[in-house]
Amino acid sequence: MIYREAGDFKTSYRDDSQTFPIRLDRWGYYAILAVAFGIIPFVINDYWANAVLVPFLIYAIAAMGLNILTGYAGQVSLGTGGFMAVGAYAVYKLMTAFPDVSIAIHVLLAGLITAAVGVLFGLPSLRIKGFYLAVATLAAQFFLVWLFNKVPWFYNYSASGQITAPTRTVFDQAVTGPAASAPAKYLVCLVFAFALAWLARNLTRGSLGRKWMAIRDMDIAAEIIGVNPLRAKLSAFAVSSFFVGIAGALLFAVYLGAAEVGEAFGINKSFLVLFMIIIGGLGSIFGSFAGAAFLVLLPVLLKNTLVGTLGWPTDLAAHIELMIVGALIVTFLIVEPHGLARLWRLAKDKLRLWPFPH
Amino acid sequence: MKLTLAALATTMMVATPALADLIVPNMSYRTGPYAANGIPYADGFADYFTLLNERDGGIGGQLVQVPECETAYNTEKGVECYESLRTQNPLVLNPLSTGITYQLIPRISQDGIPLYTPGYGRTSAKDGSVFEWVFNAPANYWDGASVAVKHILEQEGGDLSGKKIALVYHNSAYGKEPIRTLEELSEKHGFELNLLPVDAPGQEQKSQWLQIRRDRPDYVIMYAWGVMNQVAIQEAVNIRFPMDKFIGIWWSGSENDVRAAGAGADGYKALTFHGVGRDYPLYDDLQQYVYDAGKAAGAGDQAGSVLYSRGAYAALVIAEAIAKAQELAGTSEITPAQMRDGFEALEITAERMAELGLPDFGAPIALSCENHGGDGLARMQQWNAGEGSWSLITDFIEPDAEILDPLVAEDSAAYAAEAGLTARCN
Repeated sequence: MIYREAGDFKTSYRDDSQTFPIRLDRWGYYAILAVAFGIIPFVINDYWANAVLVPFLIYAIAAMGLNILTGYAGQVSLGTGGFMAVGAYAVYKLMTAFPDVSIAIHVLLAGLITAAVGVLFGLPSLRIKGFYLAVATLAAQFFLVWLFNKVPWFYNYSASGQITAPTRTVFDQAVTGPAASAPAKYLVCLVFAFALAWLARNLTRGSLGRKWMAIRDMDIAAEIIGVNPLRAKLSAFAVSSFFVGIAGALLFAVYLGAAEVGEAFGINKSFLVLFMIIIGGLGSIFGSFAGAAFLVLLPVLLKNTLVGTLGWPTDLAAHIELMIVGALIVTFLIVEPHGLARLWRLAKDKLRLWPFPH
Repeated sequence: MKLTLAALATTMMVATPALADLIVPNMSYRTGPYAANGIPYADGFADYFTLLNERDGGIGGQLVQVPECETAYNTEKGVECYESLRTQNPLVLNPLSTGITYQLIPRISQDGIPLYTPGYGRTSAKDGSVFEWVFNAPANYWDGASVAVKHILEQEGGDLSGKKIALVYHNSAYGKEPIRTLEELSEKHGFELNLLPVDAPGQEQKSQWLQIRRDRPDYVIMYAWGVMNQVAIQEAVNIRFPMDKFIGIWWSGSENDVRAAGAGADGYKALTFHGVGRDYPLYDDLQQYVYDAGKAAGAGDQAGSVLYSRGAYAALVIAEAIAKAQELAGTSEITPAQMRDGFEALEITAERMAELGLPDFGAPIALSCENHGGDGLARMQQWNAGEGSWSLITDFIEPDAEILDPLVAEDSAAYAAEAGLTARCN
């Protein structure tokens, strides 16, 4: 009744192929943007920025990156943590070598460096598929972590092997380091997440995305109809690693402020991001955000509810939290194996007919 | 998602505590691969403050609140804990994780909250002229490395030339800390140093111990934590490495670490900077006011263990610093800045320790504006598997200041340059 297409006429092809063809969807999208850019920066405090929204946005970027590779191009990767580490160490080397350059540029450059590394580790995908490729990317994960641990040049020869983000600015506002304000951190992450989501959405709708999906669905058929597998697979690795690299750079520089490769970018991180896209929905931009929200926000919410409101002991709450999150993941995957994005779409399909389903 | 955010907002508002109490958060980890070590420490820390509240009515008439936050030894959860604890105006933080400490040092320096990291954290924080808000008395990692080498020197009759010492370490900021010091010491004393990193969490160490079996080092020094301790000691037993030549840092010397290896672990040595066991008058009070009253933290089964004692010792130092700060400020409701002044004027003598019910438990501590790390004294303890107890085998040993002081100065100067700080205390 409220959510419907009736009366929403399109008079040009351009209108017909827009991202949100239904008017209500479009309004919802603009409303979310208005709140995210226009209201939240003015009311956000340190807790909300550092513990909730900044990690959510950063993980959403990482999930989008992995979704491009795994969800759209069908190349399974367990190297996300390693590629995030490349982004983090690249931004660290850049920000310490060129302190006067805006951190936003460093983050973009770190993304490009990660893209190059990603292409390198994507080369095996031309020969191997599926689980075998997963093992090859797993090797990338372990190799990269080992490399950043082993070669002192990457951590500027610090005694403990830790990298610490110094204060750097965007438009004279500190974004990294201890002096960074909550709105500055949030806005930088939001701008990156928004721009990259826009980019991902349009790439996947265009010819590049169609090539990726053709490769995913059946690579031999794709090759026969004229998709170059070398270009399609390597471009997927490049774009995906670009996203993941930016996420890693922001995770280290804006969110954590100090990191150590084994702990911050270990194999757990690869699995975490993989779970995000599985729960959120493979091959969906919305799913990347939904999955990140599920795995970042839910533990914080449960912690605050169980410890803060109900006053449970912290260890009991932490264990229950693991059980609840685990049970929810299993439930979601049984109820809807295609993730939250599919649930969302089913809900919308039902809403269109409501209250008069046939 | 909006629903989630709204729910989160309501829970956050409810979580604000009553003001005017002294807030000393317990950043603990009772879950994850480090829980076996995190639980006794957290219990000891909480029980000491419970005792002060129950017996003395707090410190200077103010009750001490110890809100707990589970970090699981994970830096991301550490950030969340820091942000949520910060809204409660804590007096001092004790994260019990070197990784989280590194992450918090810039933030607490900006926010003006003291950080107390006894026996862990960033070693060069000892230099108070650079690290205004960080305290790591009574001993730090480099002190530990130096004391261990001194003990080995004593065993070997003062000459280590041509000897081989292997360092088995947790491949993280924590485990890497002593490397610089040991390298300097190996130059000074002429021993050969082998570095054997073990990746976190440390369940797989077969290759490292095979290497030890092949190289046959004269001594093994270990910087491990959590599950890595048990595995390392078991592996050492498996290759029949002589236990009295196997020396752990104080974080590798609790009952949990050696028990798993059974009788084979007999004779294993570890450093410590405090006493263990329940043979102290303090435990009579703890029994009366805390355990018997049913107010013990956790399961209440950790009393007297090594890490329980360490947690209680950390709480004791914090409590003494609070008392000092109240004395200096002339009020019982102190601010974090006054708390820092209290730490800098802190003096715990042997008599005071006896008065507190812990005679000969820890070395005397005297801090100042320049010295945030104390004297770094540590002693050696040895495991007796038959009795299932640790016995102290040396008196307090002084670290080699000749090696350590220049290293501390160098590292803190590097931090000052990086963070753009000028030295204080002039």
